[in-house]
Amino acid sequence: MGVRRKMALRFDLIIFTILLFASPVLSDLILSKVDRRIDLTSQIVRITSTLKVENEGSEPVSEVLLAFPDLQVKDLALLKASPHEGKGKVKSLSASLPVENVKPNGMPAALTFYAVKLPKALGKGDSYTFDVLAVFAHALRPFPEKITQADIQLVVFQESAFYLTPYVVKVQSLSVKLPESRIESYTKLENTKIHGSEIKYGPYENLPSFSYSPIVVHFESNQPFAVAQEVVREIEISHWGNVQVTEHYKLVHGGAQNKGEFSRLDYQARPTIRGASAFKYLIAKMPPRVHSVYYRDEIGNISTSNLWGDSKKTELLIEPRYPLFGGWRTAFTIGYGLPLKDFLFELEGNRFLNITFGSPMNELVIDNLIVKVVLPEGSGDISVSAPFPVNQWEETKLSHLDLTGRPVVVLQKTNVVPEHNQFFQVYYKFSKLSMLREPFMLIFGFFSLFVAGIVYMHVDMSISKSSAAYLARLQWDEVQAAIQQVENVINRCLTTHDKLEASLRDLSRTGDVQACKAARKAADGLLKELSKELKLVLSFLQSSSAASQILPKVEELVAKEKDLQEKVMAKHSTVVDCYEKKTGIRDSENRVAAQQQKITALRQEVENLLELIDEI
Amino acid sequence: MVPSYISRSVAGSYDNEAVAIFALIITFYLYIKTLNTGSLFYATLNAIAYFYMVCSWGGYTFIINLIPMHVLLCIVTGRYSSRLYIAYAPLVVLGTLLAALVPVVGFNAVMTSEHFASFLVFIILHVVALVYYIKGILSPKMFKVAVTLVVSVGLVVCCAVIAILVALVASSPTKGWSGRSLSLLDPTYASKYIPIIASVSEHQPPTWPSYFMDINVLAFLVPAGIIACFLPLSDASSFVVLYIVTSVYFSGVMVRLMLVFAPAACIMSGIALSQAFDVFTRSIKFQLLRILGFSEADAGDGSSANVVPENDAVKVDKSEETIKERPSRKNKKKEKEQMEKAQAEKTSAKSKTEKRLLVLPMELSVIGLLLLVFMGAFYVVHCVWAAAEAYSAPSIVLTSYTHEGLHVFDDFREAYAWLRHNTEVDDKVASWWDYGYQTTAMANRTVIVDNNTWNNTHIATVGTAMSSPEKAAWEIFNSLDVKYVLVVFGGLVGYPSDDINKFLWMVRIGGGVFPHIKEPDYLRDGQYRIDSQATPTMLNCLMYKLSYYRFVETDGKGFDRVRRTEIGKKYFKLTHFEEVFTTHHWMVRIYKLKPSKNRIRGKMKKSKSRTSTPSSKRSGSRKKNPWQ
Repeated sequence: MGVRRKMALRFDLIIFTILLFASPVLSDLILSKVDRRIDLTSQIVRITSTLKVENEGSEPVSEVLLAFPDLQVKDLALLKASPHEGKGKVKSLSASLPVENVKPNGMPAALTFYAVKLPKALGKGDSYTFDVLAVFAHALRPFPEKITQADIQLVVFQESAFYLTPYVVKVQSLSVKLPESRIESYTKLENTKIHGSEIKYGPYENLPSFSYSPIVVHFESNQPFAVAQEVVREIEISHWGNVQVTEHYKLVHGGAQNKGEFSRLDYQARPTIRGASAFKYLIAKMPPRVHSVYYRDEIGNISTSNLWGDSKKTELLIEPRYPLFGGWRTAFTIGYGLPLKDFLFELEGNRFLNITFGSPMNELVIDNLIVKVVLPEGSGDISVSAPFPVNQWEETKLSHLDLTGRPVVVLQKTNVVPEHNQFFQVYYKFSKLSMLREPFMLIFGFFSLFVAGIVYMHVDMSISKSSAAYLARLQWDEVQAAIQQVENVINRCLTTHDKLEASLRDLSRTGDVQACKAARKAADGLLKELSKELKLVLSFLQSSSAASQILPKVEELVAKEKDLQEKVMAKHSTVVDCYEKKTGIRDSENRVAAQQQKITALRQEVENLLELIDEI
Repeated sequence: MVPSYISRSVAGSYDNEAVAIFALIITFYLYIKTLNTGSLFYATLNAIAYFYMVCSWGGYTFIINLIPMHVLLCIVTGRYSSRLYIAYAPLVVLGTLLAALVPVVGFNAVMTSEHFASFLVFIILHVVALVYYIKGILSPKMFKVAVTLVVSVGLVVCCAVIAILVALVASSPTKGWSGRSLSLLDPTYASKYIPIIASVSEHQPPTWPSYFMDINVLAFLVPAGIIACFLPLSDASSFVVLYIVTSVYFSGVMVRLMLVFAPAACIMSGIALSQAFDVFTRSIKFQLLRILGFSEADAGDGSSANVVPENDAVKVDKSEETIKERPSRKNKKKEKEQMEKAQAEKTSAKSKTEKRLLVLPMELSVIGLLLLVFMGAFYVVHCVWAAAEAYSAPSIVLTSYTHEGLHVFDDFREAYAWLRHNTEVDDKVASWWDYGYQTTAMANRTVIVDNNTWNNTHIATVGTAMSSPEKAAWEIFNSLDVKYVLVVFGGLVGYPSDDINKFLWMVRIGGGVFPHIKEPDYLRDGQYRIDSQATPTMLNCLMYKLSYYRFVETDGKGFDRVRRTEIGKKYFKLTHFEEVFTTHHWMVRIYKLKPSKNRIRGKMKKSKSRTSTPSSKRSGSRKKNPWQ
């Protein structure tokens, strides 16, 4: 069945070729030498053509047309022309020649033309050599389209053995480089040679314009067909020193679909045979000094990743949660921070961000890439310069502490290949002062919160100053203060008693009657003062109506305390007397003991009362 | 901080129970607050807190039974007061009304027996309140007459009401109690009648180590706390005692109710600790005072200052006063100072009153204090350890330490991610219900049964399918529109809580609804076995087949590391299911139901070869050459 289909396809192409031959040739240019190299080692097809153009006409020509069939154009990801500088030399980006899509008159409709502008017009007999790099994203088709786990993945690639061009080609050759030497089938033409994993066609000489000879290569390719259906890259600039990049991937294995069972056993036992087309991991090449890298999906961190790097680059190896077989999908997010000073520069008052466009993943085809550059709030005069055409619009994003939202530049491009990983620039104006706005907002917010708290604590919020409840509360507060005072006084009385006791103990130890008397005198004075104070407070309490329920207790307390005071004094004087009269200690102890009992009992009562009042 | 509660509130396993325990405690707190203050405001708040609890957790029945019990206890012990009435009556009325607003509860709030106790107590409370009221307005003599009159009439009415109620309650099969509540009252109930409740590991009775793990030193402090509560038995402390006693019982029945027990244990040990600290510090303070008192002349203020600062203030005052009489103006200033210090003095004064009661020797109390502090510190260490090791480890990502270092088993998420990205959005996945919520959340696919186990029949259907032979299972799954079947298999890496170990519950629950599944068919000598001794029913059931499909090819013997045995049937083929995904460590295996086209072909094949052996034995018979 496969062969029949291939035949049909070839037949189509032949008809197409015939149609092409009928079309006129409208140029005096000839291609004196065409050398094409097709690289099929990965899922991305890269065709490098070295063209030598000669002007045979009389008029100077400054444009060279490149032709691609429409079928190929829809997969064309990148087309770049650059002056040929010989082998081994690094092509600089600045030297690339401008390429633009043109529609010349009288050309066949099934072809799309691109015009390469030469650096200077070619006069008669002049020649110029340049390279054209065409990158195709989905040019390899898996065939058969569905395989089991045990099958190897075979892909088909179609091209023309002759260079399709509106010009006459004098000499041309083509070499096709395959990943492995195992080739299912390939179109044999004259002058076809095969060297290991390389197929060579040509050289062919003196071919007319629009020559077309389709070739089909059917070969084994177990390269990862990692296709991201959509990648959203969000680049957020913080002028506090960080560029945060977050990339959301929707990944699919774009190779031959897996059909039937998936056996983990087979995959684990013989991974190279059973599951050769599956890929386990992806490698991302990140800029140096990348930090806080994460790799997660909707259900949390994915633990299978590895990060290593040096001063030149950082490499991140990520393994999806499961090996991806043909047609299997997965989605994940990686994020990393970059130092601001490596990517943001200042130029004549403008700032510009200079960062790569594509995803850092190796050999990844992205069907739809959306790059969002989130600029800090308050930036204006935004303009973008990209090295290739992209769709562009603007959005705003509201984040923490934003008032108007951050301006977001959105760039969108389909069919993105690693060659698109070039630097692009976003220019904008931003004043340093607006950087301080958010901290100030925070400071002000907290400040006003505290001020509000202070105000609330110090302002009497009651509505009616004359209501009964309000007055009662005020009164109650006063009563409470008075009771507090009473308690204080009583407590101080008690401490004075303690001191008297202490002086008695001193007496028993040292026998210093004078000191003891002095202590007594001091205590007397203090107690008198305290009782005066107590009277004042008591009179207030008696006058206050709110205190009526507590008053009896307080009065009881005061009475008890007075009693206690008298008892303590009495005891003190007895003991001192005893010492002065030098009566026997035992005798004095006997006399004191009775008093002591009363004192302790009274003291207990007083303290109990104190506690009771305290609880009320 | 208690590990049992940590287990419910660490980030990963944050559950509605974590909220519920807060609601439970705030309800109890407000109840006690109302009981102490008699404020209607708190009573209303209490009802709202109860509503919050009803919203958050089905365990609210614990509240609505515990509080009536306490009220009843108060009435019986003669502690009735208007505060009790205010605390209880609004709670019942408002609480029940609010609870009926919650959709899950609805009319259950008045219909089921769980709430019955509260209404009964409500009536009793009113009767008692009436009695007290009458007692208040009548003279004692009149009162006695009234009592005899009311009691004779009331008894008749009560008997009639109770008779009706008993008849009503007895008419319903479970006597109005839901299965879970009944299994609480009668621990053997669930295993007898409702295997699904018994199958949840959380519903098993806990073991002693789990008590120690979950409440640690609190277990020793709780009895002390109970004693402390009894010392002055107030309304509030009797409630706490009641709370702890009931929760200890419930936690003894179900592991999950450790959660209810944990806060009670915390409160109790808090009381115990505070009492202990009180005693120790008081005796230290007293001893210090005595030492200082005796050697006041030489005792440096410095030494006392850092131990009992309030003493210092007293002494400073005194020394100043004894030196000379101050002018009265200055004295007044000092009085102000003293006012501030009064608070501190008061505490010292208070301690002095009690110091006669309990004085321990200085050394003993210091050692006791240190020991208590150490105990607390170790408890904190234990809690942190428990939180880090036992409860923080997400049950979905397993780790093991090997000599090479940490090894992560992330198979569950691998499988869920696969399901999420590689199946159709409306595909349905059948698995045992334990993985229902996980599949719903992580794989974003519809499941047949999930952790909300209210539909017993549904779970029984899946259990039946898992324990049926392949073809019957296929039919059941197909009728449920299931596309994928997920089984958890730990035999390769030794993950013990896999589906084979849960299989007995599938059989029991399935057999409970569909009688053709008979548990003895799967048992050999009263045990579930998967080795060569296993019964043919066991070896042919879907769960066995899905778990061990091609397992033997991993090591050639089919050695199951969980069951520590070689599997019984090693080589077999699946006819109605196909393996679509197996995770890295084989922990999750996903099978797809083969489309029905295959089934018809299979049927035809089977009808042709009906006379020959059934499909399961075909692999064995194939080895023989029929022409020999």
